Amino acid sequence: MRKMAWTFAAATLSAGLASGAFSQQKNVTIGVSIPAATHGWTGGVVYHAQEAAKQLEKTYPGLKVIVKTSPDGASQANALDDLTAQKIDALVVLPFNSDELTNPVREVKKRGTFITVVDRGLKDSSIQDIYVAGNNPEFGRVAGKFITDTLKEGNVVVFRGIPTVIDEERVSNFEKALQGSGVKVLDKQYANWNRDDAFRVMQDYLAKHPKIDAVWASDDDMALGVMEAIRQGKREDIKFVLGGAGMKDIVKRVMDGDKMLPANVSYPPGMIATAMQVTAAQFFTNAPMRGTYVLNAELITKDNAKNFYYPNSPF
Amino acid sequence: MTDTALRTSVRTRRLNLDLRALSPFIALVVLVIAGSLINPDFLTTANLLNVVTRSAFIAIIAVGATFVIASGGLDLSVGSMAALVAGVMILTLNKLGGADLSTLALGMLAALALSALCGLANGLIVTFGRIEPFIVTLGTMGIFRSLVIWLAAGGTITMRNSELRELYRPLYFGSAFGIPLPILVFLAVAAIGALILYKTSFGRHVVALGSNEEVARYSGVPIWRVRTLVYVIQGLCVGIAILVYVPRLGSATPTTGLLWELQAITAVVIGGTALKGGVGRIGGTVVGAIILELVANIMVLSNFVSEFLVGAVQGAIIIVAMLVQRSLHKGR
Repeated sequence: MRKMAWTFAAATLSAGLASGAFSQQKNVTIGVSIPAATHGWTGGVVYHAQEAAKQLEKTYPGLKVIVKTSPDGASQANALDDLTAQKIDALVVLPFNSDELTNPVREVKKRGTFITVVDRGLKDSSIQDIYVAGNNPEFGRVAGKFITDTLKEGNVVVFRGIPTVIDEERVSNFEKALQGSGVKVLDKQYANWNRDDAFRVMQDYLAKHPKIDAVWASDDDMALGVMEAIRQGKREDIKFVLGGAGMKDIVKRVMDGDKMLPANVSYPPGMIATAMQVTAAQFFTNAPMRGTYVLNAELITKDNAKNFYYPNSPF
Repeated sequence: MTDTALRTSVRTRRLNLDLRALSPFIALVVLVIAGSLINPDFLTTANLLNVVTRSAFIAIIAVGATFVIASGGLDLSVGSMAALVAGVMILTLNKLGGADLSTLALGMLAALALSALCGLANGLIVTFGRIEPFIVTLGTMGIFRSLVIWLAAGGTITMRNSELRELYRPLYFGSAFGIPLPILVFLAVAAIGALILYKTSFGRHVVALGSNEEVARYSGVPIWRVRTLVYVIQGLCVGIAILVYVPRLGSATPTTGLLWELQAITAVVIGGTALKGGVGRIGGTVVGAIILELVANIMVLSNFVSEFLVGAVQGAIIIVAMLVQRSLHKGR
């Protein structure tokens, strides 16, 4: 009896697969428009987009994915025109900025194209069918919580990125997480998500503050510059440096149990792959997909680091 | 009567020249005093050595820029060139692999050769293409920057061999006679630069070309050769700066050297070299580079400037420093 039930289930399953395969005969083209690899994180976006494109085309025969990168907002608007000319059924777009690209994406939408927006939202959220984003406030909060939990009390110095909404959301929520704890922010400076600038600012922090307990570098590129400055200054008071974004070199060191880098906070460039998967599923499965997906900013520690380690990614 | 008038005019001119050459040094002293008033930690040896060491890259590149600008040219590509040379040098080191001095020497040679070639390309296009250097170097700026992004696939180019990295590290972090090596390197580059600019016929040709091209041509200055060579010198200076830069972080990213061209040009102009050409001051340039780094250092050390306003205050300090210099000349 039990055996029969299994056979029955298997039969239904294979029938389902067969009919699924049948419906896959329809041809779908997905256009993917992303920024060119101008720094580490966008380099990761390009890598994950290309990997996901290969994998999706293999999974769903009849699906064609076109990935286009653009060096700035204006050329991304042109790239959208080029993609529309190739008769795409869906567009996955990581816009350079909200203001410049809202109208071009709206034009694409008017032709009946399915729209998935990634990371940076458009001015008009009614344009998108799907929205996939990282969580910047959470990114700051998780970092702040880790520092208060580990230090209990002490002094931290903070590195800001480039003056943007993203940076503001991260830093203000980091400070909110510190409120009421014994951890104090000694200093905040912009270092532009850049290694050299972070090295410079850290040297100056070391000259200015005789006792620093921890550093929130808020980004892995900046963390690397900070580490080099600490090493040169031969300072023993600093217990650890917390970066962010999950760069592979740093995740590796977290995985190996580096004392100066006990943790990291994720902000995965792989979110582009999530968006592409969900978009493809919209066409090839019957599951409802429309909606907003916010990826967690997760704390990466020695125990879970291997889930965040992509040795082949450039980032 | 005429005799005395002539004599005084000669004397004022010499005094004038001296003050003009001295004014960047005066600005430097004023900044140091201001810094020590703002934060007592400023005047520690460690901090001052850090600042001067950090200014080494821009100072070395700016020595080359002094030649280019004195000859009436401009090179906007130095920042991108620096990133490209650093990237290629690290890739070469990674390819060669072994952690010994010969590997290092080959990598350095590759860096210098590439930077000289990049400079030569700039120079040849400017002279034989007869295109404005602003446009040419704006073009090569984009080319060099894209090449390094392409080499890094948007990520980071890092030295793989950690033993080699440890072997190379002292070139930035080490010191001889208590003076950090990068400072010694940039003093040497500045000394050689000054020697070439002030004591050789080539140096005089550079200045002649910058002050009046027609006159220089009729005076028999080999215009094309001089013009091409200044860009090669600029390229070599970028190469030397990179030899000191790579051991610091052991990596190059697409944002390496971003806006270095502007800092180098600013250092040259603060140092008293005229942007329109015809005058070159190596000593002033070096001081200009140190001033730029000092201003940034004072900003971080001070407690009363909000991090949102650092850029504004930095800009204001540079403008005020230039105004003070200008008023010194007018006073004569």
